[in-house]
Amino acid sequence: MPLTRDQITQRAARELQDGFIVNLGIGMPTLVANHVPAGMDVWLQSENGLLGMGPFPSEDAVDAELINAGKQTITARPGASFFSSSDSFAMIRGGHIDLCILGAMQVSQDADLANWMVPGKMVKGMGGAMDLVAGVKRVIVTMEHTAKGGVPKFVRQCSLPLTGRRCVHMLITELAVFEFIEARGRFELREIAPDVTIEELRKQTEAEFLVAPDLATVSL
Amino acid sequence: MATKLFPDASAAFSDLRERGVLRDGMTVMVGGFGLCGIPEHLILALRDSGVKQLTCISNNAGVDDFGLGLLLRTRQIAKMISSYVGENATFEKQYLAGELEIEFNPQGTLAERIRAGGAGIPAFYTATGAGTVVAEGKESRSFFRPGDDTRFQNRHLAAARLGGGPPASQGPSAVAREYILETGLFADLALIKAHMADAFGNLVYRKTARNFNPMMATAASFVIAEADQVLGVGEMDPEAVHTPGNYIDRIVRTTCEKRIEQRTVSKP
Repeated sequence: MPLTRDQITQRAARELQDGFIVNLGIGMPTLVANHVPAGMDVWLQSENGLLGMGPFPSEDAVDAELINAGKQTITARPGASFFSSSDSFAMIRGGHIDLCILGAMQVSQDADLANWMVPGKMVKGMGGAMDLVAGVKRVIVTMEHTAKGGVPKFVRQCSLPLTGRRCVHMLITELAVFEFIEARGRFELREIAPDVTIEELRKQTEAEFLVAPDLATVSL
Repeated sequence: MATKLFPDASAAFSDLRERGVLRDGMTVMVGGFGLCGIPEHLILALRDSGVKQLTCISNNAGVDDFGLGLLLRTRQIAKMISSYVGENATFEKQYLAGELEIEFNPQGTLAERIRAGGAGIPAFYTATGAGTVVAEGKESRSFFRPGDDTRFQNRHLAAARLGGGPPASQGPSAVAREYILETGLFADLALIKAHMADAFGNLVYRKTARNFNPMMATAASFVIAEADQVLGVGEMDPEAVHTPGNYIDRIVRTTCEKRIEQRTVSKP
């Protein structure tokens, strides 16, 4: 049974570690914040200039000058800091962020990522995505395994313009969890969703991938 | 020293044409992230000045009826240098009609280009965008990531090119990667939104309204700031100053609407 969107983010949350500095992309990755294990201290960075993002504010605490990178009103937790965009991206580019989780339109078998533009459609811009994938220590992609009509998104080569080359470390979809093995230049299937077979997975995947000898069922 | 304080935004703009600061085809930096920390009144004054064919350097392009969207409506902008322009239908229409040029920069590259421009650095290397369309037409070079090479600090790359020096790195994990050359940005005019200013121009920003404002304040020939509060010289704690006053040419106290793009609240 494929994972739900919430379960995908729950699985991604298992990659968090105590004390981690984490940047969550807009959309599904944002939900990872709901699954931080109790007792674990994770610091969320928002690239518009905040380290220590808290939950949404109560109605009376809404502040137009306190927003996240998705332009949503948010709060700052105790211990938070504000800084400029250049300081924020120095933090990102300089490798001071432990983990970033973001969505994708395509991931290639050699860990390229495309998530910012579709040719022929109005281009909105890459925002901070290219900086994040080039600078953050570990990049996890959460995405639906296929696009509309069952078109594979985990592909041999990205047909869409790239956000970054060889930058994805882990891929989590509703069907499986893959880890990129740098030495072999391919992703390895580590976990598969309950009651999904490798054959079914391959049918929905264009990319070549390795299978871990100790392949497990996704555990949440 | 002549006062930097002006009663309102239009007064701060009134003599800029005759002083040669405002001219068609000029480049303007405008602070803000989304609608947060944008110089609302200075944008209106820029619109009312009638200056045309602007190149605007700003992370976003406002929305249809607010922020830089207002200058798109009046077709005063010929080119935008931005990282994301998603929330603006006017923008989309003019872009698709070929009336508006856009140069997309990765957000961190944009921020650093402005910082570099203000700091007198004409160009710098970054890994951001290497191997993507962003790298097209730009010089590239291999470097070790600074943290991977604490012994040689990339100096040996130059030595190796001259035929000497060990091409060794600090550790086995160090792998040279591709970096692209990005240039610094400098504008004719920058419009800044601060929370507090003093009469010398020292600025303090508030929360995430800081964003691109501090770098832009350093990267233009003429810089105007609007602030929620204006203090006398000596009334601001020097330890608290974010932007030193020497960067600022004019100051206006304003009351901003501070529009919210996405009002999200917690469930009670």
